[in-house]
Order: sequence, then C-alpha cells, then structure tokens
Amino acid sequence: MRIKILVRLKGQILEPQGKVIEQSLNSLGFTEFSNIRQGKLIELDLPNNISKEEKAQKIDSACKKLLVNDIIEEYEVLG
Amino acid sequence: MSFKSAVITFPGSNCDRDALCYLKDLTKGEVHNIWHEETSLPKVDLVILPGGFSFGDYLRSGAMASKSKIIDEVVKHANDNRYLLGICNGFQILTEIGLLEGALIRNKKLKFLGKNCFIKKKFKNNFNLSIKDNQILQIPVAHNEGNFYCDTETLNLLKNNEQIAFEYCKGEFSNTEENINGSIEAIAGITNKKKNVLGMMPHPERAYSDFHQSQDGRLIIESLIS
Repeated sequence: MRIKILVRLKGQILEPQGKVIEQSLNSLGFTEFSNIRQGKLIELDLPNNISKEEKAQKIDSACKKLLVNDIIEEYEVLG
Repeated sequence: MSFKSAVITFPGSNCDRDALCYLKDLTKGEVHNIWHEETSLPKVDLVILPGGFSFGDYLRSGAMASKSKIIDEVVKHANDNRYLLGICNGFQILTEIGLLEGALIRNKKLKFLGKNCFIKKKFKNNFNLSIKDNQILQIPVAHNEGNFYCDTETLNLLKNNEQIAFEYCKGEFSNTEENINGSIEAIAGITNKKKNVLGMMPHPERAYSDFHQSQDGRLIIESLIS
C-alpha cells in the first residue's frame, strides 16, 4: 500500500519560502491567496498484509527517528 | 601532554581538510581523520564535526549524518566529558543528534550567506576562555540554514544555564547587520549544559592562518589548549 506523510513546519515558525511564493502569486494577480506555507510530502510503499496497528506503529517510529524533527516540524499521515 | 584531536568526514563534508589543517597547525599534536562509517574513535581531546553539505542536506541539514555509524562513538566521546565542536553543518548535525538544543532552519531572507560576520562571546566556557568580553571576532559564515530556532522554554534554559557561547553583532563595516540570519536572540553558537560540546555556524577554521583575512578563529583552539 502507498503511504503519504505530510511534513510541515510548526505553525509558529516562520516559513520564508511560503512568503516568497505568496508574493509571486500575488504579483501574478492571485491577490486572494494568503498565508501560504510550503511543506513536504514523503511517499512510500508498505506491504499490503501489514496490520493497521503495525502500520501506525512503524510510520510513527520512522517519523520520530528520522523523517521529522519534532522541534520544528509536525506530520500527518494522509493514507 | 600533547593535545590530540580528530575530524569526522561525511559524504558531502567540504571543510574537513580545513579543519584538519586548523588542528594540525594550532595544536601541534596528533590529528586523525575519521570516515563516518568507522565504528571506533581514537581517544582524543577534541572531535570536530566539520562544515559542508553532508548527504546533500537531504531531508534536513544534518539529519542523515546524525544517524551515521560513527555517531554512537561521538556521543560516547562527549559523555566522557571530552570536547566536541560542530562547525556549520557540524552544528546542524549536533542538534539533529540531540546533543544540543534547538534546530537550524532556513535563513530569514532565504539567501545563502557566504561572507565575513562578526561575533562576540555571550557566556564564558572552555571554548572561549581566551576571548575578552566585548571583543569582536571576524569569522566567515557560509550557510543556508543557520537560523537558530528554539521554543521560549528552551531559550530560557539556554540563558539560565549560560549555554549561549556566541552571538552575532555589528562589526567594523557599516554594512554589517546585527543578526545576519534571523536567529533567535542573534545566537551564533551554543553549548550543551556541561559546556564540553559547542555548535557554531561561523567557521573558525577559515580564520586562523596568515593567508586568511582574519586570525580570530585561533582563539577557540587557544582557549581549549590553555
């Protein structure tokens, strides 16, 4: 099964790339777009026969050990 | 007794040779270069994690390097109360290992900064003993992710434990900024609580020789040797 993990900077941390993207979009006429923040999406495959609990535990552990730095980032499993 | 030291090289390190020369020239002692896949570290007084773009800065700066095989030995070295210095990418690796608090995020203005910067010491530790209070050091920076971040609680801890080693300051040139990369409280370097581990964004190994613009980087090694 395909797993998607969304990683983003925590809300209180300045995300300068989003600010620059916002300025560009605004100057292209997308003036109603605001509060843009850019994150990253990590996609991976896990075997289909893995239990729901094991899946959650493995993803959580991988995020804590490597994929996410919880001082600055938060994550969400999308599927 | 002679001062012994080592520099760890990761794939993508690009200041390891500078660090080796810095140590050889200033300590006059034994200097080892250790590849990141090694599983043992000689008993030395100081280990340097050098600057560069270890593992291409993939995922986050320092994230992959912090999981290298040699890191268990580096942590043991630090736990034995011996000195550990992370410069630039080395600082990022130290925060990813968890030996130092906080994290280093993109520079506030999104620009890669490669220039001279000015720093002064904040709280005294063994890495800055030879530096006078209010003495301004000119040391180059070369980073994209040098913006030090931590939450308020951690910042208070860093202050209460006097763990802030260096802060950016205005230098002698009129165009220099007080805080070049947007770091909280203009923090340029911090230590751990025991003060035997230092992480700093500026590169002292690029400011020690006669052919460098500044020789202020010498003071760090002189402090440790004194």
